[in-house]
Amino acid sequence: MADYLPHTNDELRSMLDFLGLSSTEELFNAVPEALRLARGLEIADGMNEPDVLSRFEERAKRNTARSDQMLCFAGSGAYDHELPPVVKALAGRSEFVTAYTPYQPEVAQGVLQAIFEFQTMIARIYGLPVSNASLYDGATALVEGVNLGVASSGSNRVVLSAGVHPHWRQVVATFARGTGHHLEVVPLIDGLTDFSAIEGTCGVIVVAQPNYLGGLEDLSAVRALCDRTGAIMVVAADPVASGVLKTPGSYGADVVVGEGQGFGTALSFGGPYLGLFACSIKEIRRLPGRIVGETVDVEGRRAYVTTLRTREQDIRREKASSNICSNQTLMAVAASIQLGWLGTEGFAEMALACARGTRYLANHLKGGSGATLLHPDLGVFRELAVRTVKPATQVVNEMAARGFLAGIAVSALTGGPDPSLSDDVLGHVLLVSVTERRTAKEIDDFAAALEEVAK
Amino acid sequence: MTTLNTAAGGKASSAPLMGKDAEPTIFELSQPGRSAYQLRTTGVPQWSAEELFDASLLSDHPVPLAEVSERDLVAHVTRLSHRQFSVDLGAYPLGSCTMKYNPKICDAVASMPGLAGVHPGAPASLTQGWLETFVSLERALCEVTGMAAATLQPAAGAAGELTGLLLMRAYHEANGDVRRRIIIPDSAHGTNPASVTLGGYEVTTIASDDRGCVDLAALKAALDTDVAGIMLTNPNTLGLFEEDIAEIAAALHNVGGLLYYDGANLNAIMGVVRPGDMGFDIVHMNLHKTFATPHGGGGPGAGPVAVSPRLVDFLPGPRAQEVAPGVYDWVKPPKSIGRVHGWHGNSLVLARALAYIEVHGGDGLRRVSERAVLNANWIRQRLSAKFDVAFDRPCMHEVVLSLAKLRKDHGVKALDMAKRIMEEGFHAPTVYFPLIVDEALMIEPTETESLQTLEALAQAFEVALDDALNNEQAVFAAPRTTPVGRVDEARAARTLVQTFDARG
Repeated sequence: MADYLPHTNDELRSMLDFLGLSSTEELFNAVPEALRLARGLEIADGMNEPDVLSRFEERAKRNTARSDQMLCFAGSGAYDHELPPVVKALAGRSEFVTAYTPYQPEVAQGVLQAIFEFQTMIARIYGLPVSNASLYDGATALVEGVNLGVASSGSNRVVLSAGVHPHWRQVVATFARGTGHHLEVVPLIDGLTDFSAIEGTCGVIVVAQPNYLGGLEDLSAVRALCDRTGAIMVVAADPVASGVLKTPGSYGADVVVGEGQGFGTALSFGGPYLGLFACSIKEIRRLPGRIVGETVDVEGRRAYVTTLRTREQDIRREKASSNICSNQTLMAVAASIQLGWLGTEGFAEMALACARGTRYLANHLKGGSGATLLHPDLGVFRELAVRTVKPATQVVNEMAARGFLAGIAVSALTGGPDPSLSDDVLGHVLLVSVTERRTAKEIDDFAAALEEVAK
Repeated sequence: MTTLNTAAGGKASSAPLMGKDAEPTIFELSQPGRSAYQLRTTGVPQWSAEELFDASLLSDHPVPLAEVSERDLVAHVTRLSHRQFSVDLGAYPLGSCTMKYNPKICDAVASMPGLAGVHPGAPASLTQGWLETFVSLERALCEVTGMAAATLQPAAGAAGELTGLLLMRAYHEANGDVRRRIIIPDSAHGTNPASVTLGGYEVTTIASDDRGCVDLAALKAALDTDVAGIMLTNPNTLGLFEEDIAEIAAALHNVGGLLYYDGANLNAIMGVVRPGDMGFDIVHMNLHKTFATPHGGGGPGAGPVAVSPRLVDFLPGPRAQEVAPGVYDWVKPPKSIGRVHGWHGNSLVLARALAYIEVHGGDGLRRVSERAVLNANWIRQRLSAKFDVAFDRPCMHEVVLSLAKLRKDHGVKALDMAKRIMEEGFHAPTVYFPLIVDEALMIEPTETESLQTLEALAQAFEVALDDALNNEQAVFAAPRTTPVGRVDEARAARTLVQTFDARG
């Protein structure tokens, strides 16, 4: 009989009396008798909280890949970044956790201002003037970026680099079934996108920076291609990279999307994550989702409110720029706190530490034979494509026995042949990631184990 | 009734506040040279950026964020939190949003290192606990909805809607059937028509009848073999059960159409009646509503989609399945429409929902719906003496008032009343929805509010009404007890300041 219901038996009786009813069943008189469920739900009886917690502890034990017990060298869009106690404590405040969408701004200034600060930080990180209040995750943010690009350019020809994360490309393809966008995926050659076959008018060109194999693309060339073809330039960008590298906006990207999990959200088995979306001013009326603006109240005090609302589904209905309603506000609040904690210097330091650790691992692999760098000459940030003699899926399993989550096998992401890699190597490529949390000792041990296992 | 002399647990009017100043932004609190961050000491060589990257790639200046101490960061965010209403502070009778109490056990589950610390790309053999969680949740959700199988990937209700429409499309296409239209009642949530467009369909809107339900004659007139399906919320957005649902389902199925159930209002019917038994083919659930996961100030949610047997093969994938007793693996449905999320969905939200379900059990979920409907009817009856109830008859989990007469006679709008109610220590009800009710105020008390809180809420409505009738200026000036007064929304749109850097 575990529940959170306040009604006493006396109160139940008096409330039913007040309604002129003799039983709770009569509350459902509007439901035709024939449709009602004649039995109870076949869900086990309720359990008290301590028993439910025990059950979840058992489940947790069966997740051997937990990062506190298995060193995480996996990335591919989900990273083991520092998550300090101060961010957990603040982002877990129930005022943020148990609020709804800020429909009444007078009692929602806390969430609204946090989002305003988040928008400012993301706009700066991506080098564009506009950010929205968040989308579901990086993959669905890309879908929205593509939709915006098609609407803006008037062409539904969408060119996607095969360097975009395979799952993200799969999600774009799923939603293109509804919108009817025409998708063309262009291959990678030696780890970088080969756009040379693209001619004629395009609606949208999408490139990932870095691409999912870790390579750093030439965004100036992509900008020039977009200018030639009339395409909207969409960059799926790792936001952490802006700590060292030029921002995508500085290359003239029209839209930048990305995964914000690395800012204050745990690995979380893939969600809830944080879809980032930034764009140029000229696209602001096509922006998907909510945006918070600064204004004043009746007494002239600074105040915040969701604005440009006429783009949104509850007002524009079938003509809305997107169908999104619930977004990932709590993750955006966490990101604004994490970025406040990192600050200007810490953000740059964290990014540099990722690049240093990645280079340190790459140096180990240069002399290897079981595990080697797939593209030894490419500049990399936080992700390495490692060629393994054994199939990469097997390497992951054997490395787990040695206490390492060694990375992600590309074949597990693509599920089959893919224009990013030739068929003969695809099954032998492991994506490895090093964040600022990995020590030199951990990397040393990892590289030694990998070299042995991958043979 | 002495019970009503007990103080109301959901009334927040005692919440203290220090003053009326604006909170500075973190950028204004920033002092060059100050910092809060502390990273791990790694022993990795301290190469410079120039040693690691081609100079042409490097930024010539750091991204300016903020420079604050940890102490100032904590104070800033804590003060922001004090400027925010939440379920934990008081009753939140926001219609259509199901703002029930969010049990803290769900927070505890979501922060377990063995769940929160798991990389989504780790193979199934290393994440059996997560896969079992998904399978257990899917089974429970299918039982509640009367469906055969579900995808847990959609990250929110609207994502579930679009997933459902793509499932409809795939199903019809597999039958060689080209259909262009989706029917939606005029009382529907805005996400429904927006999703229809993204699903590649055209919206056909049908009017509600004088009882606030689908006009059966209008529906039948709109039906032909060009109709791919209908999207319905039942109980509908007026809080009324669509009593003709069996006939609606038969009519749709007769022309080969499918029925989509918008699960926004599932909290009214758990264990009482199931969408599958009503004839629906596709159901999305809002776990942040019905299963209390909670709402996070606007998200994250989770919008699993459950389907009838004929649609199972089209579900997004891969899906976690029990492939041998106690052994779980990812399986892609044979005709899958593909992924709708970068990984597996909002996993920690899904775990929270399962914890909620396991605490309540099947009987507890039914009790939840009974009390939600009881509370809504009690507040309807309690308010009906002084307020006009739109479509006045017993409701399900929420009730819609119309203030059209108040506006006509006294110039007081629903929005004004909502602002005035907040001064009494409650979050406002939903205003101006559904669109078919003039000056709508939509109240959803939820099952976790006590009788004393309901009475105090009713009194807040009456106090506001008294002002509307006798002291209009007090209503127009409300709210005066909140951190800011009425916000100039027109100015926000006219003079757009979307970031700190966009300030003039």
